[in-house]
Amino acid sequence: MPEQQTFKLDSKTIPFRDGDTIMDAALRAGEYIPHLCHNPEFTPHGSCRVCVVSANGRHVSACTQQAMNDMEVDNRSDAIMDKRRNLLQMLFVEGNHVCPGCEKSGACQLQAVAYYTNMLSPHYTHFFPKRSVDASHADIAIDFNRCILCELCVRASRDVDRKNIFSISGRGIKARLVINSDTGKLGDSDLTATDKAVHVCPVGAILPKHRGYDKPIGERLYDRQPVSQVGDVAAHDEDDNHG
Amino acid sequence: MSNSLETANQPEKLKRTVIEPLTRVEGHGKVTLLQDEDNNIRQARLHIVEFRGFEKFIQGRPYWELPVLVQRLCGICPVSHHLAAAKATDMLVGAAQLTPTAEKVRRLLHYGQVLQSHALHFFHLCSPDLLFGFDDEVRHRNIVGVMEDYPEIAKQGVLLRKYGQEIIEIISGKRIHGVSAVPGGVVKSLNNEEIQYLLGDIDQITEWAVGAVTIMKRIFMEQLDYHQEFAHIDSNMLSMIGNDGSLELYHGNLRANDMNGKSIFDRVDYTDYQDYIREGVKNWSYMKFPFIDSIGAEHGWYRVGPLARMNNCDFISTPLAEKERQEFRNIGGNKPVQSALAYHWARLIELLHCAEAINGLLHDPDISGDDLMNKGELQRVGIGVLEAPRGTLFHHYEIDDDGLVERANLIVSTTNNNQAMNESIRQVASKYLSGNELTEPLLNQIEVAIRAYDPCLSCATHAMGKMPLEISLVDSNNALIDRIEKGSTGQIKRSNN
Repeated sequence: MPEQQTFKLDSKTIPFRDGDTIMDAALRAGEYIPHLCHNPEFTPHGSCRVCVVSANGRHVSACTQQAMNDMEVDNRSDAIMDKRRNLLQMLFVEGNHVCPGCEKSGACQLQAVAYYTNMLSPHYTHFFPKRSVDASHADIAIDFNRCILCELCVRASRDVDRKNIFSISGRGIKARLVINSDTGKLGDSDLTATDKAVHVCPVGAILPKHRGYDKPIGERLYDRQPVSQVGDVAAHDEDDNHG
Repeated sequence: MSNSLETANQPEKLKRTVIEPLTRVEGHGKVTLLQDEDNNIRQARLHIVEFRGFEKFIQGRPYWELPVLVQRLCGICPVSHHLAAAKATDMLVGAAQLTPTAEKVRRLLHYGQVLQSHALHFFHLCSPDLLFGFDDEVRHRNIVGVMEDYPEIAKQGVLLRKYGQEIIEIISGKRIHGVSAVPGGVVKSLNNEEIQYLLGDIDQITEWAVGAVTIMKRIFMEQLDYHQEFAHIDSNMLSMIGNDGSLELYHGNLRANDMNGKSIFDRVDYTDYQDYIREGVKNWSYMKFPFIDSIGAEHGWYRVGPLARMNNCDFISTPLAEKERQEFRNIGGNKPVQSALAYHWARLIELLHCAEAINGLLHDPDISGDDLMNKGELQRVGIGVLEAPRGTLFHHYEIDDDGLVERANLIVSTTNNNQAMNESIRQVASKYLSGNELTEPLLNQIEVAIRAYDPCLSCATHAMGKMPLEISLVDSNNALIDRIEKGSTGQIKRSNN
């Protein structure tokens, strides 16, 4: 019988299988590594970088870095948490994330991870980009103000729904989510409310219409327990996913 | 008299006194007074120089966000904005009638809000003026002075407000900016544990509310003539009214009476408000000047809030408050009570009414029901009106086919009282500003007149009775004669040439 391969995540020994990423092995072992663009159901993407860890002294994204035997991974040091907090602060100022008015508040993974990393302010100057809300679809609305370009909807629509409704256009700071329809409007796409792409958004960008705030404060997904214990918003029932 | 003080023929030659800033919820206000060479007041204006812009920046937002977004207008009465917007969105989602549970939970929330707001205003902000006199030493004329001299009254004020805040927290999850109402209903009702918790204190709260009315009544009656005269103006009165003519804070029709108590309009469906109320603008204030259309801009201005509600209603549905209402109305004879300081008295009668109404709702089985939502066909226009602590509050939204807000119009309570506050300031300024030397008591007289209306300007930011103020008096050559400054901590600084 081959010897079990392991690596050290902070002080804990984490077993892993061939092909596992650091994230795969850590989540299976019940260890939380903060993340936003990662969802175990989809091919890792490594774009949000919030899962940054120090592996044998190198900064890597845990969701894309293959686990290696005897690797030493720093997941919780102040230095790593500082980097994650900075990344989150940049995400907050790059879009228009107004938690006090957002229906996703309390069940938003961006907000929950920000709390987890003890982010107390945006720190950087807000960009206040001019973005719109596309509510042209009968059942689903997209608020582009809140999109963090995690591409989970892109992957879900492409890999599960087989519709390719979402894509990222532009590069760098000009990158934005676009919709594959004649008009560029969601209402003219093939999206339906049951599509996987509608149920994977970690923030309040893709939401069902005509409802919101229907969970009382105190009963929302992240009200009682932190994201490190509750896990991803996409892994919970739809009813838990709205503030 | 007072109308003549709005404009002056040659303002550039007059001495200008500026009181700035009069702090408001999130912004600023100022008072300007113009005097001629004999120090007669020739012009007096309350300028609201803040600009909030909510009507603009909610354009393009989904309608179901409105009750949560718009409540951020205010930190003192967010529940009022939350509920007014929710009523408008009820109309948008075609919920012509709420379920009994939803309606009663919202009412309970609203009564808790009015109770805490009125308690805050009277005990924390105004009782120092009323208990110690307007010209009491400034260091003493504040809530700390009340705690020293009248510790029991101060304690009751704090605990009355706490009780209202607890109702808000239980229903909406937070004491400020929580969530309870959604289009077509509410997100939760009360469980038995919550009901029993609130019932535990309600008798004490009611007793303190009776005591508060008694204190205010005694103060008012002890110097009846003076209190009747101070900042006195005759005005029309606008308020919501119940179907049976009762005092109504949450849902009803509109009633407007003139200065003699005669009807201007009655039982008006508030969704038709634009047929009866228009909004004027002036180039010296960001706050609009609403008026009753049938009378016109010059004489159609009106007052809202506790004084208007107490004058307009035929009765109050709860017995203790109704008894007090009758006594209150007696001081006006068969005419409406017009004294600005009577606002305080009326406000406390409402506080008592809220305590009684809360008690009634806590004994109503519907308050813990499970049927929370009601919806119908989506509509394009939603209008919600209620009586906020400071007066009639209008929320009006129009949405597009996608459900995004195209247009919004909000007439908040303080806006309704805009002209009235101006008139009261003119009355006080013409009576008390004499000679070149500006005094702190004068400063406070103007503050007292403004505070009587409990505008946002007073309620939110004149910390502990100490509005940061600056008054400068300059002569007709623009030379500074006198300048007095009161900082946010209450210290007075004078500088003159």
